[in-house]
Amino acid sequence: MRRRVLPGLTLSLGITLFYVGLIVALPLGALIFKAASLGPDDYWRIVSSGRAVASYRVTILCAAGATAFNLVFGLALAWVLVRYSFPGRRIIDAIIDLPFALPTAVAGIALTTLFAQNGWFGSWLAEAGIRVAYTPLGIMIAMAFTSLPFIVRTVQPVLEDLDPALEEAAQSLGGSDLAIFRKVILPLLVPALLAGVSLAFARSLGEFGAIIFIAGNQPFETEITALLAFIRLEEYDYQAAAAIASVMLIAAFVMLAITNLLQARALRYTGRS
Amino acid sequence: MDRALRKGRPPRVGDRPAVRRSLIAFVLLTGAVLVVAPLVVIFAQAFSKGWNTFAETIAHPDTRHAIFMTVATALIAVPINTAFGVAAAWAITKFEFPGKRLLVVVIEIPFSVSPIVAGVAYLFVYGLQGVFGPALQAADIKILFALPGIVLASMFVTAPFVARELIPLMQAQGRDLEEAATSLGASGWRTFFSVTLPNIRWALLYGVVLCNARVMGEFGAVSVVSGNIRGQTNTLPLHVELLYHDYQTVGAFAAASILTVLAVVTIVAKVMLERQGAGRASRPTLAGPAVEAKETRP
Repeated sequence: MRRRVLPGLTLSLGITLFYVGLIVALPLGALIFKAASLGPDDYWRIVSSGRAVASYRVTILCAAGATAFNLVFGLALAWVLVRYSFPGRRIIDAIIDLPFALPTAVAGIALTTLFAQNGWFGSWLAEAGIRVAYTPLGIMIAMAFTSLPFIVRTVQPVLEDLDPALEEAAQSLGGSDLAIFRKVILPLLVPALLAGVSLAFARSLGEFGAIIFIAGNQPFETEITALLAFIRLEEYDYQAAAAIASVMLIAAFVMLAITNLLQARALRYTGRS
Repeated sequence: MDRALRKGRPPRVGDRPAVRRSLIAFVLLTGAVLVVAPLVVIFAQAFSKGWNTFAETIAHPDTRHAIFMTVATALIAVPINTAFGVAAAWAITKFEFPGKRLLVVVIEIPFSVSPIVAGVAYLFVYGLQGVFGPALQAADIKILFALPGIVLASMFVTAPFVARELIPLMQAQGRDLEEAATSLGASGWRTFFSVTLPNIRWALLYGVVLCNARVMGEFGAVSVVSGNIRGQTNTLPLHVELLYHDYQTVGAFAAASILTVLAVVTIVAKVMLERQGAGRASRPTLAGPAVEAKETRP
């Protein structure tokens, strides 16, 4: 270990630990404590109730659908931004971050207005017999919007740094474009894609603001878990709110562990030595 | 780079005009539907009854109070968060101590926790059912359903923003300059302000800009702890929801348009700061650690 010459360890670490303790650890600890004080029977009864399980199903399925969409769209977007130059490319590169910068409630009312029966897109889709607003499809669109930047931003730098020699070698061996993409390029992108997918999926699981406007919020049909926790709170059923929130917290920790693992793996496999 | 060199070579994968054009068309079309259309519809709705109705909504006392609440929250939460971010980055990048990696993970936790969970968690600290609730009520201190609760919840959701920008950059810059400065007799503060700060200023500003955007736009966590009292504890995003559910669509979009302008300004600032080397350029990407990424950029 090196000799410590810089000052400020006590002060900076003190501030950090105090802040993390007060702002992050204390509330999460209080939530876990509250949920744990329920006792196993009550806890299980609440988190496995029909309405709660239905909300997990809606949340997970819609998050999976939104992530699958973003996997395709995000990959295409990253590809187009890195490999082609065309007018407006830089504007698109910048505007991709809009879902991160735009408040979720604003995104929620904007998407609802667009996809409602009388909206710009909703009226076309209604003629085709597709309802988006107030259905799981609407939840998926809201989730796809808020998690859009994750996959683009994890794939983009890997694609930028891809060694052209690999493709050229494959081309000189007579591979078709599609074959080279599938067998040479895609495998190199897989770690970044996986990391992006887990980030996008985790974000979709916890999203609230953008979804509640477009979802319709019918119990068992279009009610996401975050909303159920919120409703229990408004009903002053604090125990149920604590239990359901703790399930979401556990899911968040699992996703955090998976994301860290995937990112570490991606760094190891694609890091240039 | 070596674009000139590449010119004489055969086209790369996906360079055939048909592939190129259809991919660009797919991306532009989907992007227009999913990202540009929401942006347009906000302003179209906000001005659908003309400029006067828009101005009336903005000038309404409830809207003005919501703007005040949002600005006040940001004025308290962002500086505190910035100080924390700098302190955390200094501790983590300049020293070795046990549990450092755990600390880095704990700082990142708010990113993966749903804002609703954050709000609920704060209720169980400062609410009447919470740890400190009864004591706070006895002392007549109001935290929840008031500005302090909104500020605390906002600080939770944005806790990692500044630290996340600074840690990889300061890690890459190492400790040599600071060690040289202190060994020449500079105090710790002097070292920070005249050696470290000039090197991290753009990344710091970048973190502050993103933190501010999130604080001003936070909805889920704040809606749990604010109590939604009209003209008292409504921030701008909550005010948007309230007007929308009151079927005052034009008013909701007028209020939303202020937040949208903020988002657009944030993105422009972000692009400008990225040109200064902040953000994406200094963050370790999946393609390689920060130092290497920096070297490849001209």
